[in-house]
Amino acid sequence: MAEVLTTASHDDHDHKPHGWRRWVYATNHKDIGTMYLIFACIMFFVGGGAAMLIRLELFKPGLQFFDPQFFNSLTTMHALIMIFGAVMPAWTGLANWMIPMQLGAPDMALPRLNNLSFWILPFAFTLLLSSFFVPGGAPAGGWTMYPPLILQTGAAFPMLIFSVHLMGASSILGAINVIVTIMNMRASGITLLRMPLFVWTWLITAYLLIAVMPVLAGAVTMLLTDHFFGTTFFTAAGGGDPVMFQHIFWFFGHPEVYILILPAFGIISEVIPTFSRKPLFGYEAMVYATASIAFLSFIVWAHHMFTVGMPLAAQLFFMLSTMLIAVPTGVKVFNWTATMWKGSLSFEPPMLFALAFLFLFTIGGFSGLMLAIVPADYQYQDTYFVVAHFHYVLVPGAIFGIMAGVYYWLPKWTGRMYDQTLAKWHFWLSTIFVNVLFFPQHFLGLAGMPRRIPDYAVQFTDWNMVSSIGGFGFGLAQLLFPYLIWKCVRSGVPVGPRAWEGAHGLEWELPSPPPYHSWTTPPSDAVIARGAEH
Amino acid sequence: MIREKLAHILLALAASAVTLTAHAESGWNQLNMTQGVTHISREIYHLHMKIFWICVAIGVVVFAVMIWSIVNYRRSKGAVPDVTLVHNTRVEFIWTIVPVFILVAMAVPAARTLIEIEDTSKTELTIKVTGFQWGWQYDYLDDGVMYYSRLDHRSDAARELLSGIDPESVEHYLLNVDHPFVVPVDTKVRLLVTGADVIHSWWVPAFGVKKDAIPGFVNEAWFKIDKDKPGLYRGQCAELCGRDHGFMPIVVDARSKEDFAAWLKQTAAAQKQAAAPATPAAAPVPTAATEEKAPWPKS
Repeated sequence: MAEVLTTASHDDHDHKPHGWRRWVYATNHKDIGTMYLIFACIMFFVGGGAAMLIRLELFKPGLQFFDPQFFNSLTTMHALIMIFGAVMPAWTGLANWMIPMQLGAPDMALPRLNNLSFWILPFAFTLLLSSFFVPGGAPAGGWTMYPPLILQTGAAFPMLIFSVHLMGASSILGAINVIVTIMNMRASGITLLRMPLFVWTWLITAYLLIAVMPVLAGAVTMLLTDHFFGTTFFTAAGGGDPVMFQHIFWFFGHPEVYILILPAFGIISEVIPTFSRKPLFGYEAMVYATASIAFLSFIVWAHHMFTVGMPLAAQLFFMLSTMLIAVPTGVKVFNWTATMWKGSLSFEPPMLFALAFLFLFTIGGFSGLMLAIVPADYQYQDTYFVVAHFHYVLVPGAIFGIMAGVYYWLPKWTGRMYDQTLAKWHFWLSTIFVNVLFFPQHFLGLAGMPRRIPDYAVQFTDWNMVSSIGGFGFGLAQLLFPYLIWKCVRSGVPVGPRAWEGAHGLEWELPSPPPYHSWTTPPSDAVIARGAEH
Repeated sequence: MIREKLAHILLALAASAVTLTAHAESGWNQLNMTQGVTHISREIYHLHMKIFWICVAIGVVVFAVMIWSIVNYRRSKGAVPDVTLVHNTRVEFIWTIVPVFILVAMAVPAARTLIEIEDTSKTELTIKVTGFQWGWQYDYLDDGVMYYSRLDHRSDAARELLSGIDPESVEHYLLNVDHPFVVPVDTKVRLLVTGADVIHSWWVPAFGVKKDAIPGFVNEAWFKIDKDKPGLYRGQCAELCGRDHGFMPIVVDARSKEDFAAWLKQTAAAQKQAAAPATPAAAPVPTAATEEKAPWPKS
């Protein structure tokens, strides 16, 4: 506590810029983290709005609301917004807030780069979203942008490519910052294997980002030149190969799915020990499992494209490498379970979201394993079974991970406890409706409903209605989230430095809210020792 | 405007509440993959079920341990944490190795089926399938028969935005075509699948066949329908291919070998005759008139 007080008083005469300059010229990791999180939240609702419209059109057979082309724009934009606008910026926001505080560092290593990487995003998404208003409408070729179809996009085409370039640049800059911070700014005494798992998973995520974002940029640049400059990278008539795009895209795309989920693994690995009042089981195994998953993510990409007609040997290779991912993922799930074993559990909102993650992400893992089986994948590929699978890993996976993180650290950020009863309502409504929304989609896919269709045969009506009802319920429940945060900031009950009694880690050694510049003097060995009990 | 839309939504909701109760038996039992009508589709189904049950078994064990912990190790019940329990090499070794064996047990039958699927030798009939925006073209390479297959007129009218036609009133809504794809049963039929403009994917669940139709590339696929299973089998395009991706179904009309031979002969003659007159451009596609007396069944 002594340290806490010194740090606090030390920072008292610290001044920060006021008004718009504080945000536009921001270099403070907490301010930038806040902006990232607010941006992600806005995009979550924009992308969610697109999802509501999709579920509205799919409520019953026949076209009631939208032209099929607009429907395709909705699915395409929903994916792009949720992936690049909601989930990834949310992770970067959490990284900005937490990594310096968890490592005893005063800020991110490269504050101006940090500012740039954030401020690229509003421009990228303004550009992308404004494509709804240009001739030909928003991109409608799927977020996977497969040629030749994507080359049929109208005036939105260059807007799509340039906004993807911007998002990629932003991600790369953010990732560089995370790596440099973690490698250079740890307080002395925090060795790599004493870092909190959120930091570990983000370090690995950052390497994935740096490895694959340039690949995506290359792929979309080739699309751009095919469209405007007469190249034929992906046009068979000119000697090109449309399937090559899919290989390049998924070489980016598969690590990308781990970019979306690995930080969630980190958060779950912090939340479960806190509310089990027991250190994480198998810390080192968790680190190695994360690294193995990251490595494997580079050699499984073609499981997204088993139906394109690959040689038998390639299909076997990608099937086996994909199945292997189940091993380190299993290790993680078993370790989380073992952490709860013989613990002393309580069920505050972050823990509830972590538990839902544990169950529902595992279900998504099972369907992932099924999808790895090539002959079965011939039946699953491009059906609602796939839609159900990846939404199970992304919504109760990545999104619930973010929710768990926000509910875990919100008292730290604001210095106030939120309304836990309301948060539990948010949890239960989200968990029930997310299953109503996505579980029936397994049935739809197995029964033969293709994905990305605006209308369907009448035998798919019943489960689509159930799914839509779940969708509307889930969407409405999310409105509680910003309200709850606003209420917390306005009128939450003040909390002490350690908002949760079982919490360990350097961030809990700082006051709540932490001073504008925290850890301006590095934490002492005693503080580190207290904080580093994983 | 907004009010109009809102009224529309409410109306749709009310209407569907009615259909929800009315059609209780039609859709609810659509839960699982079809076993299909070919040896391969059954293999795939059994593979799917095997992996499914393995996952269920693992899930039961893992979820049981989680639920046990949640129920028994509650602080509210006075549970005291065992903070020394952070590592156990033996247990960790077991839960790393055991999944490997389970995976091998899954991979072996999967690989066996895959090898069988990839064996395109000894095919008896080859047909080129070309996906286009938005329909399918079938080309019987050895017999000079070629025709296009598109969404049937009734579905096409009903699927227009606010058409006012209830899809429930259209037989096989969105799963019906003007000219079904006619093939023989009990014959190893090889498909050469390609695309004319963008990538499509030819999928008939009952055959366990899904193959991408890629411009500039020719993919191979095959099926051999059970001898005792002639009939109509329906599928859809399975790769996003633009505005009308959802409206390019596939209907396969599987006929006995004799019926198929007769159909092929008749159609070849008809198409040859149609191509003969002065206008060579007047395509080999049967017109509405020929459709009347037609080789194609009313599907």
